[in-house]
Amino acid sequence: MKQDFLRLVEDRRRAKQPFATVTDLQSGRQSLVNESAADGDLALSAPQIDDVRRRIFATRSGVMDSEVKGGLFVRVYSPPARMVIVGAVHIAQALAPMAKLAGFDVVVIDPREAFVRAGRLADIQAIVEWPDDGMKQVAPDARTAVVTLTHDPKLDDPALAAALHSKAFYIGALGSRKTHAQRLERLSGMGFSSTDTARIHGPVGLDIDAQTPGEIAVSIMAQVIERMRAVAE
Amino acid sequence: MTASVHDPLNQLSLWVADGKKAALATVIATWGSSPRPVGSHMAVLESGDFSGSVSGGCIEGAVVAAAQEAIGTGRPKVLEYGISNEAAWEVGLACGGRVQVLVEPIS
Repeated sequence: MKQDFLRLVEDRRRAKQPFATVTDLQSGRQSLVNESAADGDLALSAPQIDDVRRRIFATRSGVMDSEVKGGLFVRVYSPPARMVIVGAVHIAQALAPMAKLAGFDVVVIDPREAFVRAGRLADIQAIVEWPDDGMKQVAPDARTAVVTLTHDPKLDDPALAAALHSKAFYIGALGSRKTHAQRLERLSGMGFSSTDTARIHGPVGLDIDAQTPGEIAVSIMAQVIERMRAVAE
Repeated sequence: MTASVHDPLNQLSLWVADGKKAALATVIATWGSSPRPVGSHMAVLESGDFSGSVSGGCIEGAVVAAAQEAIGTGRPKVLEYGISNEAAWEVGLACGGRVQVLVEPIS
């Protein structure tokens, strides 16, 4: 692999758009293929590029059938899944780095300066805005998980409403069964149907009797991953 | 953020930017049960330092040695390992799979 090609791969990964690298296993020549172009020193035919694009769409890396001796290896790169955490609370301090370790892009939204102040969230991206504005900036999609942790309806409810209007694959809200029942009533008052609100996992996380912030973060993380894989099936 | 010590491509870029000689190992095919999926990366430095993985730790040592050799020759190579050999079975690592790994020196 040429140094320039490695740099190109890293640039494209940072751009968070899907693409694939194609490597001739015999010569080591390579090209990078995305929606709009193919760059590199490996010449690919139009049908080969179509095959690669189908693999990008299906997130399917592997050796491609080809007349080339040794074959062509296609490595598909998808942008990471995202987790939006509302509330820079104690549990967020455990959940954010955990999600990052699991490969997620993590954003924490909290309008309260004191909760986001330097050091509390280490190198996690924070948006110091009210959840309405914060969620607009984040624009959750089908590869985003939204977790609300503030316990405060003023902060949690608008975030949950924005999440329900999105295709987020996971929505979770911290709070007891009683708190959650009250939350569902408020959301119903905002016009959400019971089918809508059934998307919200509350109480949040797998039931492993988690007690500490770290343990609760584990239970949330496990549930998010479980849902992500179930949706991908 | 993709910048992470757990991201072998990122580590590889840092090494290369430092002017160090390095190689990239990538799982290109698997058969049966194998611990790491196709596309998994491991970056290897000339000294033998490595980041990432191509198995559950069963073949990393051998891949590091092959990567060091590839850094020397400057040519890419496809390696194949059957994880389920008798020695592996004895130490409880018999995943029963087979993997192919592409090793590419960075030039």
